[in-house]
Amino acid sequence: MAEPVIVAENLTKVYKMGDVEVHALRGLSVKIYRGEVAAIMGPSGSGKSTLMNILGCLDHPSAGSYQLDGEQVAHLRDDQLSAIRNRKVGFIFQSFNLLSRQTALSNVELPLRYSGKTENRRQRARQALIDVGLEDRITHRPYELSGGQQQRVAIARALVNDPAIIMADEPTGNLDSKVGQEIMDLLLKLNKDKGTTLIIVTHDPKVAAQAGRIIRIRDGVVESEGL
Amino acid sequence: MTLAQTLIEALESLNSNKMRSGLTILGIVIGVAAVIAMLGVGQGAQNSITGSISGIGTNLLFVFSGNRAAEVRNARPLTMQDAQALSDPFAAPNVDSVAPFLQRNNVQVAGGGEQTSTSLGGITPEYFVVRNFKVAEGEEISQDHVLGRASVVLLGVEVADKLFGRHEGLVGETVRIEGQPFRVIGIMEKKGGSSFGSQDDVVLIPMSTARTRIIQRGNDRVDLILVQALTAESVPMASEEVAQILRTRHRTEIGADDFTILSQQDFLQTVQTILGVFTIFLGGIAAISLLVGGIGIMNIMLVSVAERTREIGLRKALGARKRDILIQFLTESSLLSLIGGLIGILFGWLIAYVVGQVATATGNPFTPAVGLDGILLATISSTVIGLFFGIYPANRAASLEPVEALRYE
Repeated sequence: MAEPVIVAENLTKVYKMGDVEVHALRGLSVKIYRGEVAAIMGPSGSGKSTLMNILGCLDHPSAGSYQLDGEQVAHLRDDQLSAIRNRKVGFIFQSFNLLSRQTALSNVELPLRYSGKTENRRQRARQALIDVGLEDRITHRPYELSGGQQQRVAIARALVNDPAIIMADEPTGNLDSKVGQEIMDLLLKLNKDKGTTLIIVTHDPKVAAQAGRIIRIRDGVVESEGL
Repeated sequence: MTLAQTLIEALESLNSNKMRSGLTILGIVIGVAAVIAMLGVGQGAQNSITGSISGIGTNLLFVFSGNRAAEVRNARPLTMQDAQALSDPFAAPNVDSVAPFLQRNNVQVAGGGEQTSTSLGGITPEYFVVRNFKVAEGEEISQDHVLGRASVVLLGVEVADKLFGRHEGLVGETVRIEGQPFRVIGIMEKKGGSSFGSQDDVVLIPMSTARTRIIQRGNDRVDLILVQALTAESVPMASEEVAQILRTRHRTEIGADDFTILSQQDFLQTVQTILGVFTIFLGGIAAISLLVGGIGIMNIMLVSVAERTREIGLRKALGARKRDILIQFLTESSLLSLIGGLIGILFGWLIAYVVGQVATATGNPFTPAVGLDGILLATISSTVIGLFFGIYPANRAASLEPVEALRYE
């Protein structure tokens, strides 16, 4: 397989809840390769969400090293992490998380606004919406769209900055199985066409089964990596 | 993000909760309007009073007994003889005319079947020169009237209206002052209102008559001596001459004077100081409501930050830096206060205008002056308030952890 886009070694994460220390990750190491579709599974409390937050650069590990797309990011300051997220990570959430007041186009444009790129911003956002099959919904607002369409907008938003990885947190969790499958098909198609690395965090075995590899987490370490 | 985008987003956000934004803006509107109106009315009052003091006469000195600046016991009263001494052209070459004055307030005047309470002045003919008073009909009080202790009276326009319902054709009528009959010899020209009360609500009678029949004050005492200097430049010299003469006459060459000389300029300064303090006081009270408006902004921004925690989390996840979020919320709070400030300026102007109209309608013509400085002050202070009270909520929003914020329900 190709070179790894994510190299995480010995990640630990300790939360302090009052006087009690909670060890969410206990020396977890994982590699994810460019162009791969990886599913992260695990029961609640396994450290799955913590891992996703760290891999998505939303949170710092307590210890360990994390290299994303060739850059060490474990010890970056918050604003530097913001820049990394902006350039290298696309997020897809279970509850879509669109700005309800703004049109689909403005929502997709949002990451470009924070990246400071001004040229072709409109055009790139429009192209991303076309890529997810929403060319006729460009000026609609989220409440005028169905759940599946909203998630497509979210996918376009995740893609628009050409990120190194896309983190999808239960992307089909709020959708019925038919629409959910359409979203999965779209994600897999984008992965195939554009070669974007896709990391899906899910409970759903049917979703996980469509990934190239399932990484199972238990008690803060990798239990198995079914290749 | 560009400035235009930031502004548009902030406007969209404020627009999405119109009622709330409107009420928050209202708080600032009231504060700014109060400041503008208070400053405008205060400045207008100052202009009006300054104008009426200047209207009393020109190049005047007011001389009265006693000294407020130093403690003087047994101050000798001013007398007719003092007044005569001041008119000596050799001792006081810079003095043009001298008008002694006796006054009593709340004098009962009856006539034409009506009765009214007014203030009475006992005067000499010089009074007309010094005060620039003219009669609209009839004749002035003459030296003959003074020497003969004549029972004659000049009515102010307002007194004439109250007693007879008119202020024309009244010469020869009889009025009773404190029960004693006086013949009306004239009506004074309308002077208009002043901030010390209407200058038309007076009756004037000869000094000698006032002393013997109405005021009963012995020793030739007078309440006030008005001195008119030859020119504006000679006012200080005239003042010094008057002081010298009175010191000699009152034998107070050593120690503090037992009389006080105030020029019109002194009066103006005193009044302006008092009114300045008054205006600042009013403005200060108004500023408190502006402060309350600012707290309203802070409150609503805190609510807004709490409500939009997820949105903030999302924006951060998509790459917004701390500064981006800070600017976003500061823009919203500043916009609230800026819009409120602009509406408040218009509204305050309107209030000041209405106050002026009401004052004019009730016979105290007075024009509120809303100055550019007041407008600038209100605009700047409202924007600063928006920024200041926006900082805490905005900072709170900017410091949210993206993980926490995204999880927030």
